Amino acid sequence: MIRSEILKEIAPILRDQLVVCNIGIPSQELHAIDDQPTNFYMLGTMGLASSIGLGVALAQDKKVISIDGDGSVLTNLGTLPTIANNVANNFILLIVDNGSYGSTGDQPTYAGMKTDLAKVAAACGCENVVECQAEDTGKVLQAAIDSNKMTIIVCKCESGNAKNPVITMDPVIIRDRFMKSVQA
Amino acid sequence: MSIDKRIVDDFVANGVEFVTTVPCKQLAGVIEELDQRDDVFHIPSNKEDEGMGLCAGAFMGGKRPAIIMQNTAIGVTINTLATLIQYYRMPLPMLISYRGELREPVACQVEMAVHTKALLAQMNIPTYHFHWQKDVEELDNILKYTFMCNKPVAILTDANFWGGYGDQ
Ligand SMILES: [Mg+2]
Repeated sequence: MIRSEILKEIAPILRDQLVVCNIGIPSQELHAIDDQPTNFYMLGTMGLASSIGLGVALAQDKKVISIDGDGSVLTNLGTLPTIANNVANNFILLIVDNGSYGSTGDQPTYAGMKTDLAKVAAACGCENVVECQAEDTGKVLQAAIDSNKMTIIVCKCESGNAKNPVITMDPVIIRDRFMKSVQA
Repeated sequence: MSIDKRIVDDFVANGVEFVTTVPCKQLAGVIEELDQRDDVFHIPSNKEDEGMGLCAGAFMGGKRPAIIMQNTAIGVTINTLATLIQYYRMPLPMLISYRGELREPVACQVEMAVHTKALLAQMNIPTYHFHWQKDVEELDNILKYTFMCNKPVAILTDANFWGGYGDQ
């Protein structure tokens, strides 16, 4: 399974949740599969999906799911200690780990080599770290939502991208409709 | 009243409830003051761009954020300022320790100090420079201005403002 197939499968779960989605093709795929005002698409700033999601989760009570990638987490590795030490039980970090920089031409990441992101997260102090295969993502994500515990999911999948148009929505509109969903 | 308490009081009076910090010796008192207050959530970050991500999230979650950092962080955060904070039009007061200015003992700090105002100007970031202790009187208006216009705003605070750098 590749990322877009996972997103298609978990779209019904994501639908009712606040979602902060990683820059590039992940956001394009989610936008094409099931655009929702509850989705915050990152159009720039690689690496910050987990930080933005944690910020939203700490500021209010609704559940927040950050959809991140292995490459992006490696870019902002300092995020994992911050998450571990500032527990928000309404926060789920879903790392779609395809072992490659998908948006830039599938160059391999270190997560696809010796580096184990689930072990890194655990070593940083994250308490509920679940590694799963792509096929089980929906089940694991729903269990994390139901647990009311901050959870880091590392979902191992194949690399590859669906072909979708870039997001042309104005960033201020993306931000505004997301904020209205938070307040709703 | 101590300058540290005065600064945190102004943040609180302007509804700032979420503050992230990357430390600097000059900012140690403010950070200590933040930790003692129940009315502000203090979350240390490991790098300033990460901190700006946290602040962007907190803002969208309904809390007024602020970041406290050194001016060297301007070199780290240009992309985040342009493509996150400015692009999505979010307010972000940045209380910045302006190292490498008058009374600075560490020569290398001057190397980023000479670029600091030029970079902020290039980014069209409103910038204020506190050099004398009385300059703090402007902080309340700067915070109101920041949340009025939804922009990142820089408050540069140099060693003279903090009463000299350590034992120098
Ligand atoms: Mg990847």
